[in-house]
Amino acid sequence: MTVALERPAIAAAKPARRRRFSIGAVAPYLQSAPLALILGAFLLLPIIMIVVVSFWDYDFATMYPDFLTTNYSDVLGSGVTWKTYLNTIKFAFIVWGLTLFIGFWVAYFLAFHIRTTAMQMVLFLVCTVPFLTSNIIRMISWIPVLGRNGLINSTLVHLGLVPKPIEWLLYSEFAVVLAMVHLYTLFMVTPIFNTLMRIDRSLVEAARDAGASGWQVLWNVIIPLAKPGMAIGTIFVVTLAMADFSTVQVMSGGQSASVALMMKNQMSLLQYPAAAANAVVLLVLVLLMVAGILRIVDIRREL
Amino acid sequence: MNHEKRTLEFYALAVFFALFVLFLYGPLSAILILSFQGATGGLTFPLNGVSLHWFANLFERQAVGDFGGSFKRSLVLGLMVMIVTVVVSLLAGLAFRQKFRGATALFYLAVASLVVPSIIISLGIGVVFQQIGFRPAWYTSAFGAHLTWTLPFGVLIMFAVFNRFSPAYEEAARDLGASSWQTFAHVVLPMIAPSLIGVGLFGFTLSYDEFARTLMTSGTFNTLPLEIYGMTTNVTTPVLYALGTVTTVFSFLVIVATLGAILYVGRRRTRA
Repeated sequence: MTVALERPAIAAAKPARRRRFSIGAVAPYLQSAPLALILGAFLLLPIIMIVVVSFWDYDFATMYPDFLTTNYSDVLGSGVTWKTYLNTIKFAFIVWGLTLFIGFWVAYFLAFHIRTTAMQMVLFLVCTVPFLTSNIIRMISWIPVLGRNGLINSTLVHLGLVPKPIEWLLYSEFAVVLAMVHLYTLFMVTPIFNTLMRIDRSLVEAARDAGASGWQVLWNVIIPLAKPGMAIGTIFVVTLAMADFSTVQVMSGGQSASVALMMKNQMSLLQYPAAAANAVVLLVLVLLMVAGILRIVDIRREL
Repeated sequence: MNHEKRTLEFYALAVFFALFVLFLYGPLSAILILSFQGATGGLTFPLNGVSLHWFANLFERQAVGDFGGSFKRSLVLGLMVMIVTVVVSLLAGLAFRQKFRGATALFYLAVASLVVPSIIISLGIGVVFQQIGFRPAWYTSAFGAHLTWTLPFGVLIMFAVFNRFSPAYEEAARDLGASSWQTFAHVVLPMIAPSLIGVGLFGFTLSYDEFARTLMTSGTFNTLPLEIYGMTTNVTTPVLYALGTVTTVFSFLVIVATLGAILYVGRRRTRA
């Protein structure tokens, strides 16, 4: 009886559904078109252009369409360039290790030790707000702290701990690493906090009931489940550190180099094809790193 | 575990967290204090008296280049980026709720936009404009460069929001006879409004502070971060700190206003 009653209703609904389906079929294309157009014009096209230009010839003022591989042999054949690449990877690796360590413990404290949601949100905001202020200002703000007559040095000298100011605090590789950790740790805290908050607390209780110690719970339950967050944070930190030139330039006082800084210098000398060849090598390197990390984690599932 | 006594682990981590917050805010407060340096004071402590000398100095044109003009440009650019980011991210978020051809490719393009080094985007857009014969300007090339940084954030946030969004509300509205526009405007939009405000905040602040992507794309006139970057190499007076204080206070005001707006929208919704 009910079947018989429903049948005409379905039949009547069919044309309407088909019409909605046809509008619905176009809708996602229209809705995603602006994003596709903007990324196409300002991301894809520029990258294609860089690849093309990296084969061009140039002199002191202009570049000429050509198909040369000299830009690449200049990049890959120069010892200075290799050293710069290694230096960039070294910075990225050290900064990654430090931000992962700091980021995990901060996120773990927020997610597992703060009892009320309101307090969690307040403390999380405290961590996030500096991220929304100027990077350059946050970099400059280390100068009065680390400088020759800065806060740390004057305190140490005053206390008699060191006879004269420590020179390597500012304008050194130490300063570069410190500033990068300062700038980028938040990119690690946020995704790790996000995954930790989604861990089912009954898993922790089950582990406890099964006799696991605090460290065993942390090592065998929480850290494995936090891996996706760590992977996303790693993508952020590694790509930012690999692309950095302003921190390296300002904080090392010109004594250290990075690939992006080398590119910037080539660009200011109007050596665009040389910079483009560097850009291609750097891009391939960064994308390989990201692809490696993406093998561990599916971002679409983690959002 | 919430009812257990505080453990040693808690106190150790609390100290660690406090140190982290000090690490985040300590240096910023140092330049905040030093921007009130007396007229004869230098770039480091101690304070040689307290004055507003360097703030006054900031508004004299010759002292710091074009502070007013660059601030205005950064402000307008930030607002442009904010509006486009909110609208385009929302549309893309809606699109990703359905299956369509190229969805995965577009998603990974957005992720790529996040990981491609900013200086490469800056160089690429600069070269494209040069080859086409357009003059780069902050409202064209830099605008597009900023969008490649703000849009992925917006799209990922909207993606996460719609992942958790139950279609039951829309089905209920449709069952009650709402058209698809009514369903969107009266059901979906109010529910995601706080997230959209968040996307707007990201769009504005990321653009307002962006610097590497503006480097090759700003054309003749500098945005504020470029102006500040130029100052780091050639300004050796606390006027630099005064500028830092002013822009940071401005960023804080924007953040506080946004959080206020999110709370207000949220409370109005629960009351309704």
